[in-house]
Amino acid sequence: MSKITGAQMIIKCLKEEGVDVAFGYPGGKVIPLYDALFDSDIRHILVRHEQCAAHAADGYARATGKTGVCIATSGPGATNLVTGIANANMDSIPIVAITGQVERSQIGTDAFQEADITGIVTPVTKHTYLVKDIKELPVAIKQAFLIASTGRPGPVLIDIPVDIQTELIDENIKVDINLTGYKPTVKGHLKQIKDAAKKIARSKKPVIFSGGGVIISGASEILQEFARTARIPVITSLMGKGSFPETDPLSLGMAGMHGTKYANLAFTECDLIIAVGVRFDDRITGKLSEFAPGAEVIHIDIDPAEIGKNIKVLIPIVGDAKTILTDLKEEYDKCIEKKETQDREEWLARVKKLKEDFPLTYDRKSNKIKPAYVVEKIYELTGGDAIICTEVGQNQMWAAQFYKYTKPRTLISSGGLGTMGFGLPASIGAKVGRPDKTVIDIAGDGSIQMVSQEFATAVSNKINIKVMLLNNGYLGMVRQWQEFFWNKRYSNTCIKESVDFVKLIEAYGGVGLRVTKKEEVEDAIKKALSIDNVVLVDFHVDCEENVYPMVAPGASISNMLESV
Amino acid sequence: MNHIISVLVENKAGVLAKISGLFSRRGYNIESLAVGPTDDERISRITLVVDADERSVEQIIKQLYKLINVIKIQKLEPSNIVERELVLIKVNADSKTRGEIVEIVNVFRANIVDVAKKTLIIEITGSSQKVKALQDLLRPFGILELVRTGKIACTRGSKY
Repeated sequence: MSKITGAQMIIKCLKEEGVDVAFGYPGGKVIPLYDALFDSDIRHILVRHEQCAAHAADGYARATGKTGVCIATSGPGATNLVTGIANANMDSIPIVAITGQVERSQIGTDAFQEADITGIVTPVTKHTYLVKDIKELPVAIKQAFLIASTGRPGPVLIDIPVDIQTELIDENIKVDINLTGYKPTVKGHLKQIKDAAKKIARSKKPVIFSGGGVIISGASEILQEFARTARIPVITSLMGKGSFPETDPLSLGMAGMHGTKYANLAFTECDLIIAVGVRFDDRITGKLSEFAPGAEVIHIDIDPAEIGKNIKVLIPIVGDAKTILTDLKEEYDKCIEKKETQDREEWLARVKKLKEDFPLTYDRKSNKIKPAYVVEKIYELTGGDAIICTEVGQNQMWAAQFYKYTKPRTLISSGGLGTMGFGLPASIGAKVGRPDKTVIDIAGDGSIQMVSQEFATAVSNKINIKVMLLNNGYLGMVRQWQEFFWNKRYSNTCIKESVDFVKLIEAYGGVGLRVTKKEEVEDAIKKALSIDNVVLVDFHVDCEENVYPMVAPGASISNMLESV
Repeated sequence: MNHIISVLVENKAGVLAKISGLFSRRGYNIESLAVGPTDDERISRITLVVDADERSVEQIIKQLYKLINVIKIQKLEPSNIVERELVLIKVNADSKTRGEIVEIVNVFRANIVDVAKKTLIIEITGSSQKVKALQDLLRPFGILELVRTGKIACTRGSKY
């Protein structure tokens, strides 16, 4: 019987789960783990702040579909992970966070660098473990990966006291991962699916509403087949971007606060919403009582708690999106055979008209660099084939509006939590997971300064991401709200000339390009894409450009503010 | 409206905190809570009384199910259960009032479990209404302390 240390057991278990990369930061209570990591072939990316380890693991998970792993020490190391964990939780992203903890005998004594991290993150995780017996260690790790990646995915944290990391354990200990209380429903209820198919067949004005769940489940292809067969227009949430090609005539893009006007109007006019893997967040629905007044709802989701949480649902179907859509298409095909389906050409013509009447637009003739122009150029010059990460705020909305997403896992954005500073570390994680892809962080000058230390991570590990900085000298989204709703009192939102971003990236060993004229935009993007290094392009965009259209907070989505 | 929810959970450290935390962060109030191991010591039963409307209770149950350590949840229908709560009441009682209190206690089939010069401790089990009725009758004597276990309940018949 050969014995290994707890730390070696952690590595062994991670290997068994197929982990080949982890993002982290060492500290006193994970030294044994880092010592074991030193001998292993798991690639460890040393970040410069633990929050970014969690974000990078998150970006890695979103780009690859695999579970991301991050590591931090006890106390402040662990608490620094919290924002990243909460972010992953809101967007249902599978990550496993491993934290060191003080010795078992010290727990509860306010020891140096002690924090009750399982207590702190319980509200923002799918599950947590505090390992108090080394025999539980391999069980906890195995269960953590299972829980994180199945059902509705989410973050799981495993807190491991340092003395467990050094204790010896039988290398071949038998691991029983029986989870009595955890059985996610995969297959949808067949009767409900049949009812749904019939309901859809009878609908004259249906829309499909596709969310992040479609991407997580890998249901994008079957969703497209179904939408095209049934001739139903598709609206997405921000998280659902990429689940249906935005170049397709049936695509209505994203709905909601900064969605397309035609998507919002289609919601308002439709008679049936087939919602898949969405949670009807307030940024989508606007004023709930006026959302889609004429529509009945079929709601497909793997999490029963999402069904009926925000809006009334006629036909709930709990289960995996891909499995259910496959069954639903089969049932719907029977309706087609029996000629029970409604003709929808009138509705499709109406939707087409809405698209023509209310396109997303900006002042294309302006001599200033419009942020939307930069995003459009990025789309053109990458052929729409890049992985786009975003920060949060105006940059995020422009990146969502003016780049056309055609494949799943090509937009990586903090949807639920809205975490500024997510994009840079997420792009690092995405590039590590997909080195074959061009990975771009469309950033704002506010967000990027929350995490700019991560340029060091990118440069030193040769993770050649491209940061396209839409620099307007403002915390732009808050400034926009102040302009619209707070009488232009720009309290603490002007950050003009606070930093020379070209020098900053150069200081880290990357390449910086500054663009102050519209005619330089295209060349700068081309150059950035061709340089084999981390590149930041500092676009000095029109300072007070706003994101349009916009639904005022608390207003109905049928009522959008538009640029004049 | 009050609802009784019976939750079977894995008997592990931190599980109760996960459940009570869920209630506070989703904005629901717990009226009472009773916890203890079942016949199988690996499993505990938590009996919760919550004050919420029908829709909120649905949502509470769905959210509870998402907790990994939760095994089974039952919403108990008041018409088809036996419910009990155990309450200890310390009440003022001197030689003049003791007799009267003992009479009341007997009517309620409650027990006197401690007698001192100036106080009695009364133990009563039963429904909330019964406990409240006794409480009302004892109040004029001066209730010094009242301790309750929280409600526990079991469905009637062979169903479980």
